[in-house]
Amino acid sequence: MIEPQSARILDDAELVHQAKEGSVEAFGELVNRHDRKIFRLTQHITRNREDAEDALQETFLKAYSRLSQFAENSQFYTWLVRIAVNESLMKLRKRKGDASVSLDDPMETEEGFVPREIGDWGNNPEQQYAQQELHEILDRAVHSLPAPFRTVFILRDMEQLSTEETAEALNLSVSAVKSRLLRARLQLREKLNRHFQRGKLSC
Amino acid sequence: MLTCSEVLAELSNYLDNEVSAELRQGLEEHLKDCPNCWVLFDTTRKTIQIFRGTEPYPLPEGLHDKLQEALRKRMEQDPPGQN
Ligand SMILES: [Zn+2]
Repeated sequence: MIEPQSARILDDAELVHQAKEGSVEAFGELVNRHDRKIFRLTQHITRNREDAEDALQETFLKAYSRLSQFAENSQFYTWLVRIAVNESLMKLRKRKGDASVSLDDPMETEEGFVPREIGDWGNNPEQQYAQQELHEILDRAVHSLPAPFRTVFILRDMEQLSTEETAEALNLSVSAVKSRLLRARLQLREKLNRHFQRGKLSC
Repeated sequence: MLTCSEVLAELSNYLDNEVSAELRQGLEEHLKDCPNCWVLFDTTRKTIQIFRGTEPYPLPEGLHDKLQEALRKRMEQDPPGQN
């Protein structure tokens, strides 16, 4: 059993350094610190529980075996996210039996995205739902996005990576990240509109 | 005056504070006078806030143990700091 260190709170960089020097506890603490966010990420990308669990485990095993290659002047968490995204996409491709699932831009037929439903949500529209129900609404909305938009949205607005970190993690240009994020956000807004529009009951 | 589609194209950058001062001013003028764009802006902002406000669940007990066990095995096989 790997238990977190309790003496004082070390930042990721210090823990990585200790782990590289042979500390099992330090690596265990890095896992404990990030496992739930990585699991959320693998769940949202794969949209499959079993694949998400496998991708989670693979991510940390790979991070462990590649630790010596990790450049200590970069962000451990961003590096971890990059591994997790790759593991998740591999699972997604396998599951779909389709090597074409990629982060390439989906075909765009329209010039841009035109919002169809616009309605006022009032303040704190999410509070009309119980937490479990809200989570389900949000999960369903994210899962309905095409993979290239979904991954950008997860990294930017759920994992809260910067635009540059997201671009780096996904091997995309900053402008590609920005344009996908705009479309992802607008599509999600549209999907949530029917749940949150003022005066409307959920359906 | 910016058009509604120009505003839409910059909405995400505006929310992320990634626009020039000049563009910001143009956007804010439009949003003040265009109720449709304002609601779109406001509901998109709320969409982001709602997602940002959700915390990931802790790992289910069984999964947590499975992960720790897999790591423990790997570390035994291949102790850290050996490569
Ligand atoms: Zn307008």
